[in-house]
Amino acid sequence: MANWLRISSRTVANHIKKRMNKEFMGGAVHVNQSSGLWWGLNRGGPVSDRNRRHMDPLAWNRATLLCVQRFKSTLAEKQHDSFLSSDSDDDNQSVDFPGGKVSYTSEMSFISESSQTRVPCYRVLEDDGDLISDCDFQQVSKEDAVKMYSNMVTLQIMDNIFYAAQRQGRISFYLTSAGEEAISIASAAALSEQDIILPQYREPGVLLWRGFTLQEFADQCFGNKADYGKGRQMPIHYGSKKHNFFTISSPIATQLPQAAGIAYSLKMDNKKACVVSYIGDGGTSEGDFHAGLNFAAVMEAPVIFFCRNNGWAISTNVSEQFRSDGIVVKGRAYGIRSIRVDGNDALAVYSAVSAAREMAINEQRPILIEALTYRVGHHSTSDDSTKYRQLDEIVYWKKARNPVNRFRNWVQNIGWWSEQQETQLRNSVRKQLLEAIQVAEKTEKPPLSELFTDVYDHPPSNLEEQEKHLRETVTRHPKDYPSDISV
Amino acid sequence: MGFRNIIGRRLGLGLVRRRKPFSTATCDGDGNGNAKSINLYSAINQALHIALETDNRAFVFGEDVSFGGVFRCTTGLADRFGKARVFNTPLCEQGIVGFGIGLAAMGNRAIAEIQFADYIYPAFDQIVNEAAKFRYRSGNQFNCGGLTIRAPYGAVGHGGHYHSQSPEAFFCHVPGIKVVIPRSPRQAKGLLLSCIRDPNPVVFFEPKWLYRLAVEEVPEHDYMLPLSEAEVIRQGSDITLVGWGAQLSVMEQACNEAEKDGISCELIDLKTLLPWDKETVEASVRKTGRVLISHEAPVTGGFGAEISASIVERCFLRLEAPVARVCGLDTPFPLVFEPFYMPTKNKILDAIKATVNY
Repeated sequence: MANWLRISSRTVANHIKKRMNKEFMGGAVHVNQSSGLWWGLNRGGPVSDRNRRHMDPLAWNRATLLCVQRFKSTLAEKQHDSFLSSDSDDDNQSVDFPGGKVSYTSEMSFISESSQTRVPCYRVLEDDGDLISDCDFQQVSKEDAVKMYSNMVTLQIMDNIFYAAQRQGRISFYLTSAGEEAISIASAAALSEQDIILPQYREPGVLLWRGFTLQEFADQCFGNKADYGKGRQMPIHYGSKKHNFFTISSPIATQLPQAAGIAYSLKMDNKKACVVSYIGDGGTSEGDFHAGLNFAAVMEAPVIFFCRNNGWAISTNVSEQFRSDGIVVKGRAYGIRSIRVDGNDALAVYSAVSAAREMAINEQRPILIEALTYRVGHHSTSDDSTKYRQLDEIVYWKKARNPVNRFRNWVQNIGWWSEQQETQLRNSVRKQLLEAIQVAEKTEKPPLSELFTDVYDHPPSNLEEQEKHLRETVTRHPKDYPSDISV
Repeated sequence: MGFRNIIGRRLGLGLVRRRKPFSTATCDGDGNGNAKSINLYSAINQALHIALETDNRAFVFGEDVSFGGVFRCTTGLADRFGKARVFNTPLCEQGIVGFGIGLAAMGNRAIAEIQFADYIYPAFDQIVNEAAKFRYRSGNQFNCGGLTIRAPYGAVGHGGHYHSQSPEAFFCHVPGIKVVIPRSPRQAKGLLLSCIRDPNPVVFFEPKWLYRLAVEEVPEHDYMLPLSEAEVIRQGSDITLVGWGAQLSVMEQACNEAEKDGISCELIDLKTLLPWDKETVEASVRKTGRVLISHEAPVTGGFGAEISASIVERCFLRLEAPVARVCGLDTPFPLVFEPFYMPTKNKILDAIKATVNY
């Protein structure tokens, strides 16, 4: 065991803090040619007290120690020796390699494939909505709490009604966020409007929080001319520039490396904003997950990677998805600070995202959040999940572990919400949704010309030819074509 | 203190402007001003220097670009523009392109390098499913037009399977991106600057064989060459030859020899493969009545097939002979058998004669 570990963690922490302040922030920019990394834009302030409290002290110090070593040339190790050899026999036990100094051991031991215990998950509310005593959390204002709860209810009702609309054949497809309402709403509530969202597809709650109207949701699902996407994609593939919500695409995890690039741009602009990119448990198996996290870490980009671990990727249970302790442990593999949170606890999600955001922006680093939850609904309207999981499992999560009920209990107990408001809200939302659907259904589809625009900034000649030819065909065979698209 | 201000001061600009106005005149570089004889990688290097100097939101990144790149195309950029704008990435093509899409989506000019076109495939999903559809699927709320992906392609004499590929055909089948291939240093500089400044994502394949071998007078100033405009680089009346990149010099040699036999060849450099300039090729075929296409990529499903089908559709009654294709074989690119695989001057010459004598 390397001798330096015997030094008290506080000593280590103070030493690193001093070195960091002197060498890496504000002062001289130390560019290490051999590592090719640079610190010019590490504008991170000292880790705030609040955040430091949330971090395992030894873990933080080890991570930062590795950081400090990474950016020093192996030739410059002499400067480090003064720190490392508080115990004099240290020099004998460490060896240089590109990437820094490592101590060595003659005892051959493999790091275990898993810890003795799983990483605990952070929660603030009991299952019944009571606040856990002496817990650490970011307080939410009454206004925000009421908005959060109302949005969670709205999301629930929206999901039920749109799902039913698909079953009635009025829209072609839908997928719900059932069971995950706290994740999208509470995470959105902890962010600012300037933070940029790169969703997977089960986070419409973020858009709802930011002010996307029920009509706007309905318009996209019906693909009418009011749809910002101009009717080009399947339902639920929302996108809204004015809400800083990038358009959803079906391929899984492709948004993760893009998030790193977007965050890098924010970094270049010194914006006090971050990117939040969502992914499911299944998506973390994709190569783009590895690419996204690695790039964000190396580029020191302010991204929050938010993983909704809901246990299922269509019919594939997490036991068939990975053999690690979920996703949270993967953060360390990339040098990314991570936390596991109870995704069905709105306050815990809110607190974790608040803290993550502060770290991401102030320290210009990515953060990984794994929110444990359960996908109560089927994967989508094309799925019947009773084919691969037990009905009583679904019912248990829907009833006993419901994030909406849990949060309601909390807001009600505090006196910020009442049964009467509940009834009023549910009736009102239901009515608005039914109206929005009626309006969306009656609204014209986009005109045929929108088939050909936006492939490029201007249509090239082959598209102009094809449009001309197509119009002639439509004129000759009008019955082949839907009548609700104006030619 | 804003980072942009640091850049501004380093460049000696008092007030940092986002972009310096650049010439969009489509001069082909013959205009006034100094021209120096330089090779292809130097021309590309010049284009990159100009791109970064005229737009302080332009970035160059990829594997090994920081020290100058394995082909020296990015020499001097990191020193001049700093490590925030010119930097190495981890070894991960899907990450490079995904990251580039994100950067471009925020209005930056993201110039991504893929070290060899042979390694572009991990990024295929990001290119086809994301970059190409970014604008369309969002209803034009978002776009990644600032993305340019550069990759060396083509035979180099000893590259074998994985340092010689010509994958252009895969990308020509993707609506939403552009595919551009220069034939020479002067073309490369002007075309690359156009690609970088074009508001659509572009894949730019550079013929690696020519990085050192091709030397040409290249004007030192900032100039752009138009995309989607093919160029007749040799006038003729008996047969039209269509090609791109390094293959054109082989075709030109074939044309010279054919001329000795009294065959007058018209040679067209397509330059942009997607969207391609059908009008110029059609006009030439209407003149000659014969067409031959040549590319290094395997013949089956190669881009020559698209050109052939389009020409037959448009010029069927004018054609005096079947459309000829002289291309690579339908095999992985071989090492010791490279001379047999390649569409050589004599293969082309034989095909010219066969077509003319049909």
